[in-house]
Amino acid sequence: MITLDNLTKIFDTERGVVTAADHINMEVPQGEICVLLGPSGCGKTTTLKMVNRIITPTSGRIMIDGQDTTDQDTVSLRRNIGYVIQQIGLFPNMTIEENISIVPKLIGWDKSRYLKRASELLEMVALDPAIFLKRYPNELSGGQQQRVGVIRALAADPPVMLMDEPFGAIDPINREVIQDEFLKLHRELKKTIMFVSHDIDEAVKMADRIAIFKDGKLIQYDTPDDLLSHPINDFVKGFVGRDRALKRLQLVTVAEVLESESSVVTADDSLATALQRMDAAGYERAIILVDGNKRPVGYVSRSVATTTNGNCGKHSFNLRTVVRPEDDLRTVASKMFTHDATWLPCVSEHGKLMGTVTQRGITHHLGATYKTSRVEGHDLQHMRVAT
Amino acid sequence: MEILDFIMTNLDLLGRLTLEHIGLVAVAVGLATLMGVPIGIAITQNEQVATVVLYVASILITIPSIALFGIMIPILSTIGHGIGYLPAVIAVLLYSQLPIIRNTYTAIHNVNPGLREAARGIGMTNVQRLRKVEIPLSVPVIMAGVRTAVVMNIGVMAIAAYIGAGGLGVLISRGISQSDPRQLVVGAIAVSLLAIIADRSLLSLQRKLTPRGL
Repeated sequence: MITLDNLTKIFDTERGVVTAADHINMEVPQGEICVLLGPSGCGKTTTLKMVNRIITPTSGRIMIDGQDTTDQDTVSLRRNIGYVIQQIGLFPNMTIEENISIVPKLIGWDKSRYLKRASELLEMVALDPAIFLKRYPNELSGGQQQRVGVIRALAADPPVMLMDEPFGAIDPINREVIQDEFLKLHRELKKTIMFVSHDIDEAVKMADRIAIFKDGKLIQYDTPDDLLSHPINDFVKGFVGRDRALKRLQLVTVAEVLESESSVVTADDSLATALQRMDAAGYERAIILVDGNKRPVGYVSRSVATTTNGNCGKHSFNLRTVVRPEDDLRTVASKMFTHDATWLPCVSEHGKLMGTVTQRGITHHLGATYKTSRVEGHDLQHMRVAT
Repeated sequence: MEILDFIMTNLDLLGRLTLEHIGLVAVAVGLATLMGVPIGIAITQNEQVATVVLYVASILITIPSIALFGIMIPILSTIGHGIGYLPAVIAVLLYSQLPIIRNTYTAIHNVNPGLREAARGIGMTNVQRLRKVEIPLSVPVIMAGVRTAVVMNIGVMAIAAYIGAGGLGVLISRGISQSDPRQLVVGAIAVSLLAIIADRSLLSLQRKLTPRGL
């Protein structure tokens, strides 16, 4: 856990006194990723760098796991905090193995232990130790270098990590990949992480909590969903973007809006049965056709069922695409637009039908979240309208 | 032909003078490196000091060597070394300061700030950062400064023959005073060859000392 208590930094510059961080109070709970977000010069980086004292605070305190770090020795403080920067900062004169082993060596691990650790960490980010341990940084691609940058910070297993726009210099395609990898790693390791970004999409994707900064002040500190659904002022509203409703889509997985599909047909059922079941279940347009293993293989549309006789197998349409329960709704929405569909079947790992996700279901879920949290303001407005 | 004859009959002398010459330059530039590299590193801590030090070193290098030897005669005479080995070594030591200090300063100063920040953030002390990161990364540029000093001072050292320091300059000064073109030409060519060979071998040393991965 990282706690900032009235943390303030005042820079004395030639152009006068600048308050880069103004009485920042916040707490990053154990095992969470907190993204500090804001335009350049808003104080997010200054705040981050005060935690490992790359920048010395003017006043205020920083607690790590409840312990005040103010009087702690700077060098040992830093060795207990993983640090990843945008410029990566791998030392070009050292091999990957040496780079990863720096902190363990500094704190006096024995050789066999830190060498083992280096291999283990490389495997965690899918880089083969046999190939990469003895290479030099300039022999690696940018994405590979930043992976090494991340695991170097993890080498001595620090409880806390600071990341200063760690994926900012990586091309967009690799950035997505490395973000996903990092989230996977995080789910295993559960470090407490402070992460600076200027990219709202990255923040929404990575963060458990987002802290929005402006002119050295912490404006709003909330979960991504609350931030997107309830920005507290026009600045935050502008910063999260006009498409904030769409951004919320990536915070929700299919599993959360899945409607179980109680009625299906098999190839041998007649179209009349199909029509009957659609009516009974209230399906307006179609019913899913499954095989003997409950795997969806197609669908029968209401228009065909009402106008034709025969069995479902012969008069079904192929499914254009399916989704998985762990997909986020942004992916689903994109697939719906691509395939001009208002619903999509969701299948398990083994291809079994788990249910469907519908446009109405998605809208309903987003709407429900709008209403449930922070009800007061909304209800007041409604009441005024009513009276 | 005459020149070749001269070389063949005076191989011993030529060898002895060459070794003497190399010895003088090696000792002087060696000491200058031991002095200049720490100075170059130290002045990265303070820009104003750096400006002054580099300015002084630049002025030193503009003093003609003959004048410098002249200045040192009365001073060093007080300890009985007005001429000979000591003033020659001191002169070269002073001339070497500029290229060595300047290259060291520039190299350390220009280490990628990202690397410096990573080193600090990781929890290296200042000394560890210098030893493990900044100095290894600066080796090629520092060595280039040493090379410049060596090549330049092989020439300067030839003049030190006039104050009795020995070396290949002896051939040149004798050639002039005895109006003997053979000695003059052999001395001049030997000095030039020595400079070229020294430069080449220091270059390969520089490559060996440069960390892999750079």
